Amino acid sequence: MVTSDLVMYEEEFKRIDDELQNLRAQANASVVFLVDKNGQLIASAGDTQDVDTTSLASLTAGNIAATGGIAKLLGEEEFTILFHEGAKDNINISLVGSRVILAVIFDSRSSIGLVRLRVKKATETLARIFDEIAGKAQSERTAGKGEESPFSEISDDDIDSLFR
Amino acid sequence: MSFINYSSKEINCKIVYYGPGLCGKTANLQFIYNKTGEDQKGKLISLATETERTLFFDFLPLALGDIKGFKVRFHLYTVPGQVFYAASRKLILKGCDGIVFVADSQIERAEANVESLDDLKINLEEHGFDMNVIPMTIQYNKRDLPNIMPVSEMEPMVNPRKVPAFEAIAPKGTGVFETLKDVARQVIFELKKNY
Repeated sequence: MVTSDLVMYEEEFKRIDDELQNLRAQANASVVFLVDKNGQLIASAGDTQDVDTTSLASLTAGNIAATGGIAKLLGEEEFTILFHEGAKDNINISLVGSRVILAVIFDSRSSIGLVRLRVKKATETLARIFDEIAGKAQSERTAGKGEESPFSEISDDDIDSLFR
Repeated sequence: MSFINYSSKEINCKIVYYGPGLCGKTANLQFIYNKTGEDQKGKLISLATETERTLFFDFLPLALGDIKGFKVRFHLYTVPGQVFYAASRKLILKGCDGIVFVADSQIERAEANVESLDDLKINLEEHGFDMNVIPMTIQYNKRDLPNIMPVSEMEPMVNPRKVPAFEAIAPKGTGVFETLKDVARQVIFELKKNY
């Protein structure tokens, strides 16, 4: 079976978080978030308290998946940027490497040009971090289970307790 | 695939409900949504047509509790069951950790079940999964309808792998949480093998 789970450690998470905060400030965006292509929210920055980021993550990944399907039908490898324009808010969605999606929500205080420029720079940094994460996960796997693995002593009782 | 975040102490898993059109995939999610505490669930999102047929997917995020200090979240998805949504179905399987195959127990849907299972096998293979290995639970749904097949006859057709299977009446909730719990258990024990 393919084992390409995404495992995130404190150090890398901090770096990703910093990069998103940076991007949000430099692009003058309201919300910035990173999503796994499978629809899991990885990190976010900005005014997220009124935003349902979990749903947003799942729908964004669905959007990228559908667009990717269209691309393949047209003989393209992938469409790497999606842009949706609203009356008030806009969203720019782009790919970071092959498995992560970066979404930037912004209003009239920013512009698509500025957002694209900042996204391009941030994408390079984020891609490097995700490469490192993949490398680290691989070496942890070959080195054996990590000591703090939350799974090592899981029993049926733990599963039962989730469904009480 | 799962997303394990040691920083925020979260484990995220994706479970996909698969099966032929009108077999009750969305009904499963609706029942789970209605019976789960407000603090344990997010919004139930349904991308459906005007006639309430699933167009792309339904999505329900659940945070049922903690295991060893890690918050465990399950993201439940359904696929559109109608045959012509084949392309969308394939997309939703991307990165799934476990499958619930919902079979329609009505005699006239026997062939549709088998077709859907074949479709699942092909789509899983395209994502690099093996249907004989991936965590999977079968649900024999609609057990309250008059014109149904005995489970003993359905089993060889839809459950050759002999994975755990449950009889269900999804709108009433019979078998719904039993099914979810079983697939969740398999998904978590699969993670245990790898980490």
